[in-house]
Amino acid sequence: MNGIWLDFERPIVELKKKIEELKGLKGVEDEIERLETQVEKLEKRIYSNLSRWQRVQLARHPRRPYSLDILNIITEDFIEMHGDRRFGDDPAIVAGITKLDKYSVAIVAQQKGRDTKAKIKRNFGMPHPEGYRKAIRIMEMAAKFNIPIITLVDTPGAYPGVGAEERGQSEAIATNLFKCAILPVPIIVLIIGEGGSGGALAIAVGDRILMLENAIYSVISPEGCASILWRDASKNKEAAEALKITAQDLSKFNIIDEVVPEPIGGAHMDFELTAKNIKKALLRNLKELLKIPVDELVSLRIKKFQNMGVYKE
Amino acid sequence: MWFKKKVKAKPEEKLKLPDGLWTKCETCGEILYRKELEKNLWICPKCNFHFRINCHNYISLLLDNATLDEQDKNLESLDPLGFPNYKKKLKAAKEKTNMNEGVVYGFAKIDGIPIVFAAMDFAFIGGSMGSVIGEKIARAIRAAQKKEIPLIILSASGGARMQEGILSLMQMAKTSAELAILAQKRIPYISILTHPTTAGVMASYASLGDIIITEPGALLGFTGARVAEQTIGEKFPPGLQRSESLLAHGMVDLVVSRKDLRNTLIKIMNIICKREKLPAK
Ligand SMILES: [Zn+2]
Repeated sequence: MNGIWLDFERPIVELKKKIEELKGLKGVEDEIERLETQVEKLEKRIYSNLSRWQRVQLARHPRRPYSLDILNIITEDFIEMHGDRRFGDDPAIVAGITKLDKYSVAIVAQQKGRDTKAKIKRNFGMPHPEGYRKAIRIMEMAAKFNIPIITLVDTPGAYPGVGAEERGQSEAIATNLFKCAILPVPIIVLIIGEGGSGGALAIAVGDRILMLENAIYSVISPEGCASILWRDASKNKEAAEALKITAQDLSKFNIIDEVVPEPIGGAHMDFELTAKNIKKALLRNLKELLKIPVDELVSLRIKKFQNMGVYKE
Repeated sequence: MWFKKKVKAKPEEKLKLPDGLWTKCETCGEILYRKELEKNLWICPKCNFHFRINCHNYISLLLDNATLDEQDKNLESLDPLGFPNYKKKLKAAKEKTNMNEGVVYGFAKIDGIPIVFAAMDFAFIGGSMGSVIGEKIARAIRAAQKKEIPLIILSASGGARMQEGILSLMQMAKTSAELAILAQKRIPYISILTHPTTAGVMASYASLGDIIITEPGALLGFTGARVAEQTIGEKFPPGLQRSESLLAHGMVDLVVSRKDLRNTLIKIMNIICKREKLPAK
């Protein structure tokens, strides 16, 4: 049991507690069995009817697997590269090269920190311009060596501070969108937690866009939207509903290509199973993309983004 | 885009070209005679503040014969998310601006040189970019690709349009992808940034010009000052996101007064479009 529970999980936790209590007693095996089926049913009901805000809570769960947790399980010999060769190295983005089974790949991933120290080091997963510039440097290197690119997206947003503004946060993001559109190698994007606006998109232009089942991807945070719309940041639940930010929503809008399943209760319940599902999805997409000639791949990628948008003519 | 709070009713109200005889400068507070201000291209004679003007004003100001052969005027926004009050907001914006959306684009000439020109209009829901603006900007870029003529986009926007959710965010990728193709074809793109250009628009096509020109004193940046304060408790020093600061930090090429904008474009276009042919090998 992981000890951190969300408000909507309380009925499950209470039933499980009851079972634990009974386990010390004799002659209650039938009762335990009955309760366990009940738990199973309850879990199924709760987790298959999650509201958008509940998914936000899961996407931001403090125990959720972060990029390096996943990479440690699915890759071998990840060699991390550092720095943008301009200003510095941004630990909110990790980038490097590795093997995924027999396939050489480049990795660009946003990284959050687990404890306070790590959170500060990783700047809560909010990259500075130098992070985005490191990302594109590694992606261009990968393209030069004909190595496919996998990106893992998990950020509340690009860092909104003075230094970021001074060093061109806008330019850094824009340049990544511009360059990734035509990089001549396969790019697979996987949103594993929070896809926070332009800060996420800066490493999310690719041939396939995948999302974990409880990940979110949005133009603005529910809190930000609520404070504009209702002048009240606490209306985040309503904002999450209005913004339609879940993997299931984005699938309907044809923005993403695939929803990668999570263990029941969320990715944090079982890192190994989550990583296994991710690896399977990445490899399948990689194999498909590697069959497409590069020129065609790039024109399909451009067409993919050209088709995004809903309007009347 | 994170927050878009700056783009709320108050400053917009102030910038609606007022009906009275007198107008107060929003920067220095000087009371100005409206007729004089108009003659001065809506630039404060005291402090050089450039009042916001609409896209039609820029067409008159910058293009030969004040003429734009507008394309795809009929594109209109839908409400794909069923977002609260969005339909009402669109209707009000259309009535207020007499436009179908917050950008116009088409064919034009500058000093006789054919170009594709697009101009955003902040009065239409803060110039926020949804599917239609993204699509029209993309089509403007495609027109420049097809005709192999230079592209000029004049931006004024609070960022991606919240009411179209993820679809708005994707317009950043869409427009940037088209610009990548334009660059491969070695066709010039001049980006003009006016007050204000921020967030999703600043973090896509507005920042991707081969040449980036801004009007003086324009607010330009990724994050709003209030958001920075609310989310990370950082206070932006005054002027951080003004044109002059971006020039000093190497983010834009030129800060040009509205009075000199057309002349500057003419000079640039003549240099980059009417050049000697390099010898073929
Ligand atoms: Zn003034």
